[in-house]
Amino acid sequence: MKVGALQEIKPGEARVALTPDSAAQIQKLGHDCFIQSGAGLAAGFSDQLYQDAGVTVVADAKALCEAVDVVIKVREPEIKEINLLRKGQTLISFFWPAQNAELLEAAKGRGATVIAMDMVPRISRAQKMDALSSMANIAGYRAVIEAGNNFGRFFTGQVTAAGKIPPARVLVVGAGVAGLAAIGTSVSLGAITMAFDVRPEVSEQIESMGAEFVFLEFEEAQDGAATGGYAAPSSPEFREKQLEKFRELAPDVDIVITTALIPGRPAPKLWTEDMVQMMKPGSVIVDLAAEKGGNCDLTVPDERLVTDNGVTIIGYTDFPSRMAAQSSTLYSNNIRHMLHDLTPGKDGVIVQNMEDDVIRGATVAHGGEITFPPPPPKVKAIAAKPKEKPKELTAEEKRAQEIAAFKAQTKTQVALLAAGAAFVLAVGLVAPESFMRNFIIFVLAVFVGFQVIWKVSHSLHTPLMAVTNAISSIIIVGALLQIGSTSMLITLMAALALLMAAVNIFGGFLVTRRMLAMFQKS
Amino acid sequence: MDFGFTVAAYAVATVLFVLSLGGLSGQESAKRAIWYGIAGMTVAVLAMLVGPGSGLWALTLVLIALGGVVGWQLATRVQMTQMPELVAFMHSLVGLAAVLVGFNAHLEIGRVASEFAGAGLPFPQPEGLMSVAAYDLWLGLTNFAAIIGKKTAVEITILRIELMIGIWIGAVTFTGSIIAYGKLAGKVDSAAKKLPGGHMLNAGAAVASVVFAGLYLAYAESAGASIFFLIVLTLLALFIGYHLIMGIGGADMPVVVSMLNSYSGWAAAAIGFSLGNELLIVVGALVGASGAILSYIMCKAMNRSFISVILGGFGGSTGPAMEVEGEQVAINADGVATALNEADSVIIVPGYGMAVAQAQQSVSELTRKLRAKGKNVRFAIHPVAGRLPGHMNVLLAEAKVPYDIVLEMDEINEDFPDTDVVIVIGSNDIVNPAAQEDPNSPIAGMPVLEVWKAKQVFVSKRGQGTGYSGIENPLFYKDNTRMFYGDAKASVDSLLPMIE
Repeated sequence: MKVGALQEIKPGEARVALTPDSAAQIQKLGHDCFIQSGAGLAAGFSDQLYQDAGVTVVADAKALCEAVDVVIKVREPEIKEINLLRKGQTLISFFWPAQNAELLEAAKGRGATVIAMDMVPRISRAQKMDALSSMANIAGYRAVIEAGNNFGRFFTGQVTAAGKIPPARVLVVGAGVAGLAAIGTSVSLGAITMAFDVRPEVSEQIESMGAEFVFLEFEEAQDGAATGGYAAPSSPEFREKQLEKFRELAPDVDIVITTALIPGRPAPKLWTEDMVQMMKPGSVIVDLAAEKGGNCDLTVPDERLVTDNGVTIIGYTDFPSRMAAQSSTLYSNNIRHMLHDLTPGKDGVIVQNMEDDVIRGATVAHGGEITFPPPPPKVKAIAAKPKEKPKELTAEEKRAQEIAAFKAQTKTQVALLAAGAAFVLAVGLVAPESFMRNFIIFVLAVFVGFQVIWKVSHSLHTPLMAVTNAISSIIIVGALLQIGSTSMLITLMAALALLMAAVNIFGGFLVTRRMLAMFQKS
Repeated sequence: MDFGFTVAAYAVATVLFVLSLGGLSGQESAKRAIWYGIAGMTVAVLAMLVGPGSGLWALTLVLIALGGVVGWQLATRVQMTQMPELVAFMHSLVGLAAVLVGFNAHLEIGRVASEFAGAGLPFPQPEGLMSVAAYDLWLGLTNFAAIIGKKTAVEITILRIELMIGIWIGAVTFTGSIIAYGKLAGKVDSAAKKLPGGHMLNAGAAVASVVFAGLYLAYAESAGASIFFLIVLTLLALFIGYHLIMGIGGADMPVVVSMLNSYSGWAAAAIGFSLGNELLIVVGALVGASGAILSYIMCKAMNRSFISVILGGFGGSTGPAMEVEGEQVAINADGVATALNEADSVIIVPGYGMAVAQAQQSVSELTRKLRAKGKNVRFAIHPVAGRLPGHMNVLLAEAKVPYDIVLEMDEINEDFPDTDVVIVIGSNDIVNPAAQEDPNSPIAGMPVLEVWKAKQVFVSKRGQGTGYSGIENPLFYKDNTRMFYGDAKASVDSLLPMIE
């Protein structure tokens, strides 16, 4: 089949869906590659580079759409681009079908198949074509770079001859892909990085990136696994608690990077105006959620503004495009992987397999019908959630628990003692004195035995058995008492018992000695 | 010599025995403690010889010498892997000796009674002061007969009850230990087997025991009838010992052996009661308590009640077992050796399989080589690993593995997440994650070694298949587990040249 990349028409968009490298890979799948002239220029790929990679350069969009079977691009198409499509043609790009119902309707009208890169389900197998993640990664990185560009100090702390420089304090709100990328970049620049997320299970990921998790004590924790790994809206009480925590942090942080997004909703307002007022002059806020209204009250999308108290607020929405070479490389790879899955035979034949979870999920229009929203994927998005951590107990609770345990222990011990005493007394009431003398000795011996044996080391249990075996042959004493009897039968049996006990005594002690001698310290 | 001296000697011997058991709290003090035990036994026997036990010295000494030779032979020839068998065998001797001594006590009562009857005097002694004629006759009695001769009717009855208990426990210990020995030595099929009727048969025999005990007391005056009832009682006890242990499977042997150890102590104590001998009572009680504690520790380590172990077999599962996903991935010696060469910390988890394959020497050599390279090598021992409490410790000690790197479950369980490589040699249920993850598993709740938390786990195993309990082990299917199939000794030996 013929695969062709359109030039982006949105002003300022520098990315391109096909690079010379990805073209080479796509050709290996049996496809022919086309590109609109000048499409890669903004990302640093000239027509010449494409031609060298075996890509046919076509003059304009109309010609390209006529020439190819599969149209690929980055941003969601505009209506005039949809109108270039024909029946049976495939379009692969971001699409945002939930927000762009009219576009979807138009695509359906044209009879084209639309594969939305933003609808790729979040399962392990589909990670290689998860363009949202690869773009978010770039956005997170770029957010820190933009912040550094607008921040008048070092990230890392230094002690120089000219004086001591404190490290910058960075707060990342929302630890999704972008948030984690921002954390990583910020940490590697040397800043003290803190991060917050409503999903407590990501604390491990945050800490693994080297940042400090801002812990919020709140009972009603969100289960991210149930929402496909994305955050869900939180309760008003939780929000209050969260804002309180941010107010506490605001005077100390130099750079705030907010990445909090909830799928299908406007961005939650997390960084309020009063927090901005509290921040030190020269501080920077980078709002990665600007496109959805921003996490900060004062954010203006696509603008960089400086507040009266000297805080810079960056609301750019085109972070990936600002790193066009990098983002084009990653995006074109995502596209290439999608084509790979669409071309199972590697023979240049595209198979629209609607049984496949990934392809089904990403396809929003097919065969003159709208196939959005997709049925839920058969494979669970996120692995089983880790076991809940046991709640940290406060000192008082621990103390209370100890006291309770102590009381319970005392209770059982007293009960046992009372029962034991009652039993011994009851026996004493009926048994003759000569028996009781022996019985008391017996009880005491059992008691001493229990006290002594609990202290025996586990590793010496076998020697313990051998030695108790040897000393239980104390029954030899009984045999010795009886062997002097005048009855022949008694003497004979006593002699037999004596012999066996003697075997046991020697055998038991000797084998114990042999074992104990083997235990050596290193 | 005076009896006061004998009792003093008893006190000395008792203290020495307590010290001997208490000394086992540490490896070094244990080496001294064993001598306390030997000294205590010597004191006790000498005191008996010069005291109340005098008579037939020559025979006594010959018998002790003979027993010494046999015991010495046993102790020096036994392989350390055969320790469980030896211990079980020695328990049976104690049990049988208790039975014999008990029977003797019965016969002695009859003999004393006939002597008094011959002189036309009442026996047992009536309450109150002894008549002069009876006192004269009593003075002529020696040893044990002298103790019996002055007893009143109630005391004689108690004596009979005591000797019955002694004989009964001794008989159960005797056949039970013989069967345990047979199972451990592989002479008897180690699978749990029961005669038709199962536990009802045991219960019936126990009830019958009580009935015959009553009959024995009721017909105590008649020599012929009483000895018959006593023999029947003994046979019933012998049957219970046999049938009870036959119904318990191989992996539960640690509990069985400790239980029999305990019984042999209680039998000695009961005989002590009937002979009126304090030393026997004290030492029997010490041993009984020791065995009971060991049984308790073993049961706790398997998260099972003592009753459920004795009744045999694992309790039924409460629902369908968790599906095990994935597959067992095999690895060859090369791969294991590479991982070991790269690892900094290694934990080895030995089990009964290591003992069966006699692999402890090879494991020790592997340990020595790894430690020489500066790696942190340790052993993790589960309380019920092997067939005897502490079995693995003794095997490793024999192979000259230093005891300070051999750790208990509680000491090492927290260290698994920081460990690079875990090698599981011949153990299965004690490393089964199902105990923690699957509430429906028959072993749910049993404390296990958390080997799966380590970065990499190698399982040396003869082949696919489940362990004694027949429970599927999800460990073998984990992503970080590799199966190293083959005989444990051959497998470890193949690793040795590759560790450099």
